[in-house]
Amino acid sequence: MSGTDDLLVNIEGVTKYYRRGAELVHVLEDIWFQVRRGEFLALMGPSGSGKSTLLNLIGGLDRPSRGSIMVDGLRIDRLNERELAAWRARHVGFVFQLYNLMPVLTAERNVELPLLLTPLTRAQRKRHVAAALAAVGLLHRKKHFPRQLSGGEQQRVGIARAIVTDPTLLLCDEPTGDLDRRSGDEILDLLQLLNREHGKTIIMVTHDPHASARATRVVYLYKGQIVTEMPK
Amino acid sequence: MLRLIINWFSQLAIAARFGLSTIPERKGASAAAAFGIGGVVAVFLGTLSIGQGFRQALAIAGSPETAIVLRGGADTEMVSFLSGEHARLIADAPGIRRTDEGALVSSELFVIISLPKRPKWTDANVPLRGVQQAAFRVRDNIKIVAGRRFEPGRNEVIAGVGAAREFAGLELDSELRVGRNTWKVVGLFSADGGLPESEIWTDAVVLQEAYQRGNSYQSVIARLESPDAFDEFAAALTADPRLNVKVLRQTDFYFEQSRVVYNLVTGLGSIIAGLMGVGAVFGALNTMYSSVSARTREIATLRALGFRGGPVAASVMLESMFLAFLGGGMGGLLAYFAFDGFRAATMNWQSFSQVTFSFAVTPALMLKGLIYSIGIGFIGGLLPAIRAARMPVAAGLREP
Repeated sequence: MSGTDDLLVNIEGVTKYYRRGAELVHVLEDIWFQVRRGEFLALMGPSGSGKSTLLNLIGGLDRPSRGSIMVDGLRIDRLNERELAAWRARHVGFVFQLYNLMPVLTAERNVELPLLLTPLTRAQRKRHVAAALAAVGLLHRKKHFPRQLSGGEQQRVGIARAIVTDPTLLLCDEPTGDLDRRSGDEILDLLQLLNREHGKTIIMVTHDPHASARATRVVYLYKGQIVTEMPK
Repeated sequence: MLRLIINWFSQLAIAARFGLSTIPERKGASAAAAFGIGGVVAVFLGTLSIGQGFRQALAIAGSPETAIVLRGGADTEMVSFLSGEHARLIADAPGIRRTDEGALVSSELFVIISLPKRPKWTDANVPLRGVQQAAFRVRDNIKIVAGRRFEPGRNEVIAGVGAAREFAGLELDSELRVGRNTWKVVGLFSADGGLPESEIWTDAVVLQEAYQRGNSYQSVIARLESPDAFDEFAAALTADPRLNVKVLRQTDFYFEQSRVVYNLVTGLGSIIAGLMGVGAVFGALNTMYSSVSARTREIATLRALGFRGGPVAASVMLESMFLAFLGGGMGGLLAYFAFDGFRAATMNWQSFSQVTFSFAVTPALMLKGLIYSIGIGFIGGLLPAIRAARMPVAAGLREP
């Protein structure tokens, strides 16, 4: 794949800082990088390196202090809160470290959540939910509540929720961080499958080299900057 | 457009369901807020039930087909004066219901006597009303519940059950000494809980003599052929050059009579409830802040998935109003069981005499209490709802 049509995420000169009293805390410093369609990118770095912040900026959950973020040709840093919420619903699927499922909803109702924001009918939503749960191998557990599922299963429900709207981009924040090795491997297998078989573009934050080894490319962050190699 | 609205409500339903289902996790704070609001509503309704009961006691006494005639310019029977001749002219007016036993009209006079009021035995004003025999037919809800009616021409009285309950010396067969006169209590009567139950009745002529009133009255009560006959009756009396009278429907007369006490009690109740309501708002506010804080991560997740701030905020408001509604319902029931039917007596400032009545927690009052409680919930939920809607999503997702 080549050419600008393949460019999905284009980040130019992004800086992010927070104000803590009179002090400015720089989290990201002049970040430039691109993600192409169909990539499975791992963002690696130690705690506090800014990798989750960068993921939040790409996902439209936060705004840069400076610089531009373009996703699929759209300057998302220029959208207002309402437009951003609508954009997230259409274009981004999130997978969280702690799954973030609604405890009062069954697996299928959790997966259906993002579809409630679309104009789909109930029957159409049901079909999409079934397909997403089938893709993660959990159709038989659709009536179960999160507390009745193992950690690995809950994360698979989380992935089903992330892919049910067929988003442009899948953003995973430490998706295996709360799982044992075996369950973590199953999740990574699933993400790899979604990338390879279904062409999903995935950006995954991790500090686990075992996880990043599944990615097609690894970007390292250190003290808010992209580095070619992690300092020892 | 319709789809957008449905979509908005779907978001609200999900967020609200999530909020409501987590109430048991915060049962302590939620119960405290609901009970606080319940207490406010109970006090609010308890106070309003006094005014309501007072008005009801007077309203029961009035009938739309009954008219009261006073001297022109008089607002109460106390300050009215009608001569025997005037009373006779009024009794002949058109529109009055007439039966084989005669016209349903009673010329009456009214004096205030002082009796010890239970339980403190302090003296209180009680109305002693002189009526004609037709009074029992003019007011069709008067029932002798013990003893008998007084006999015309004799120093006998009958006492309303409310008066007998509240004041000493009105037991059946007891002797009532007022000034130089002694009266025998020969009967007790009820009036469906209405105003006459607060009074003592005797023969008008006997009362005229005892109080040296000559052949004079203070009011004429007339039962009309129908409610519609009032206009004809009133027009005939006001057009008669021999009379200078004021003609009122009895319902309007009693409504006006209850105005001072009703407004006083209702005003006082509203002020108390308003002040207590401020406290309850803070209770609700605190509960909803902790509710929002307890589900920061879930709210942030919904927002990350694309849920808008509006439905999330509305769901917080809904939860707050739901808790307040529960509290209001409890308060309403508490007020009903604690106050409804509670008997008391208070001064009617229009007649300067005591009126016995029962507190009345009516369905309309309970509805008012519920609306008030939901209002408290609305105000209490407002700021936490705004906080939920404006929560930074990225930070919220990292909450434990």
